[in-house]
Amino acid sequence: METLSENKKAALLSVLLLLVGLFVWEMSIPAQKTVEALTEYERLTGTGQPKAGVPPPSQVIAKAWEQLSNPFYDAGPNDKGIGIQIGYSIYRVLVGYLLAALIAIPLGFLIGMSRVAHKALNPFIQVLRPISPLAWMPLALFVIQDSEASAIFVIFICSIWPMLINTAFGVAGVREDWVNVARTHELGPLKTAFTVILPAAAPTIVTGMRISIGIAWLVIVAAEMLVGGTGIGYYVWNEWNNLDLTSVIFSILMIGVVGMLLDAALGLLQRRVAYVE
Amino acid sequence: MASSFLSIERLTQRYPDGKGGEFTVFENASFGIEKGEFVCILGHSGCGKSTIMNILAGLSDPTSGVIKMDGQAISGPSLDRGVVFQNYSLLPWLTTLKNVTFGVAARFPQWTKQQVTDHSIAFLEKVGLTGDAIYRKPSQLSGGMRQRVSIARAFANEPKLLLLDEPFGALDALTRGTIQDELIKVWSGTDQTVFMITHDIDEAILLADRILLMTNGPNARVAESVEITLPRPRTRTTIVEHPNYYAIRNHLVQFLGERSVLLAGESVGDETHRPETVRIDKTEGAADAEPLLRAVPK
Ligand SMILES: Nc1ncnc2c1ncn2[C@@H]1O[C@H](COP(=O)(O)OP(=O)(O)OP(=O)(O)O)[C@@H](O)[C@H]1O
Ligand SMILES: [Mg+2]
Repeated sequence: METLSENKKAALLSVLLLLVGLFVWEMSIPAQKTVEALTEYERLTGTGQPKAGVPPPSQVIAKAWEQLSNPFYDAGPNDKGIGIQIGYSIYRVLVGYLLAALIAIPLGFLIGMSRVAHKALNPFIQVLRPISPLAWMPLALFVIQDSEASAIFVIFICSIWPMLINTAFGVAGVREDWVNVARTHELGPLKTAFTVILPAAAPTIVTGMRISIGIAWLVIVAAEMLVGGTGIGYYVWNEWNNLDLTSVIFSILMIGVVGMLLDAALGLLQRRVAYVE
Repeated sequence: MASSFLSIERLTQRYPDGKGGEFTVFENASFGIEKGEFVCILGHSGCGKSTIMNILAGLSDPTSGVIKMDGQAISGPSLDRGVVFQNYSLLPWLTTLKNVTFGVAARFPQWTKQQVTDHSIAFLEKVGLTGDAIYRKPSQLSGGMRQRVSIARAFANEPKLLLLDEPFGALDALTRGTIQDELIKVWSGTDQTVFMITHDIDEAILLADRILLMTNGPNARVAESVEITLPRPRTRTTIVEHPNYYAIRNHLVQFLGERSVLLAGESVGDETHRPETVRIDKTEGAADAEPLLRAVPK
């Protein structure tokens, strides 16, 4: 054991924990009695009804296998593969998120560079930021009259704040020495912004982007439960209505995995723009 | 004096003193620097050396006064005036080489990428940076290497005037020595003018053609301009044997030790300050310089 590296030990421990967890889960679910085995009393009172219990992991794994081996099938509005559903969700998240970045980053630059802009816009940011993104939903549905666009709008509004605030903070905190280097080299404002301020503030900006994508992924599930139609959030809700708990658990896991991948992508970007002073 | 390459005319800097009033860092300071000269400025901490330098660099504006370079009043920073900052101010996300090409590309926009790179590498070589060090980030370099990059960046731009604010302040004595030599090597053979702040008397004597001495602030003055009558090329070991060396050094030590305080100014209103020229030469045939030695306490 001593010869194993730290990483290997950790990996081993993770697998062990997973197996123990699955085992305990599997064991703690009482085998469902068949109808013949019910006592007369149970049959009369209905307490022994074969109700939708929490499925054991083996069932979830079987479901996952079935779903993931054909993720993109499309058999009508209420029966689409998990891949299609997740695809819809990712599409909405990315569109809303990119629109937010398109506005938040330039605006953050402005706020970070101009004290007047900061003071003028700060009250609005402070009031708008704490609003739960879902609180916008009714208004969005009414104004936009389109559930798809409304969901995207909700993503937009929830992912804009961390990016805006971090960009402004990062830009305002760029060391004066570096700006002076740009000045003594007679760089114009645009050149300074791109070659000095942007790289200097990039780690802070990307941290904001990473927080935003996390929030956007949290919010899309809730938003899709509200607007319905397609998407992983809708899928979870639909399977709950079907009392298909196996699918519910499977899709919860999928939400986790996709969220992790989105975060990892931004983590990669974060490492690329990082620098040591 | 009016025809100096760089002329500082009645420069005044005041700052609010935090109590509603204002204090004067220096007032009506005037001096000139000739083309190709290496000038060091010595003075106690807080007398306003960096303030003068920032104004010369165009990074800040004086309360009043003008600076003329080649007869033109300067305004704002310019590629004609290169700056080596005390804390190196390298861009940490760029490699060493990119830190230099960044400046060169700004200076010579018509050059090709290859020209820019070659020119930058040549200047990095002049300060002793070669090999894979130039592809590393500043955070992976030692303090001495970083300062070399900063010097290379400034010289590679071939500015008419180079401004150095205590470039070796953070370095150990040995590294200081080597980089001083490199600085002289890069500077000699050009017609560049250098204005450098330092706290180190020996460094100033080794490098400078002329040393400006500042009295303590507030109301500091550039009181004297001491000519360094030591022949070039100079080395640390040979200059100490020159008859002028100790006379000059004593003069500087005396000034910084006593007279910088005694002369510490009061507000002088409208009077213009010009530094008094001090020429100390004890070599034979220079006896006529004696009257100018009056500033040297016997
Ligand atoms: N932005 C500013 N606002 C107010 N006072 C300032 C400002 N910049 C400098 N000063 C004051 O001006 C005086 C001169 O400062 P300066 O930095 O030029 O000193 P210095 O000679 O370079 O000192 P050192 O040798 O320690 O670097 C100091 O008293 C300082 O407190
Ligand atoms: Mg200073």
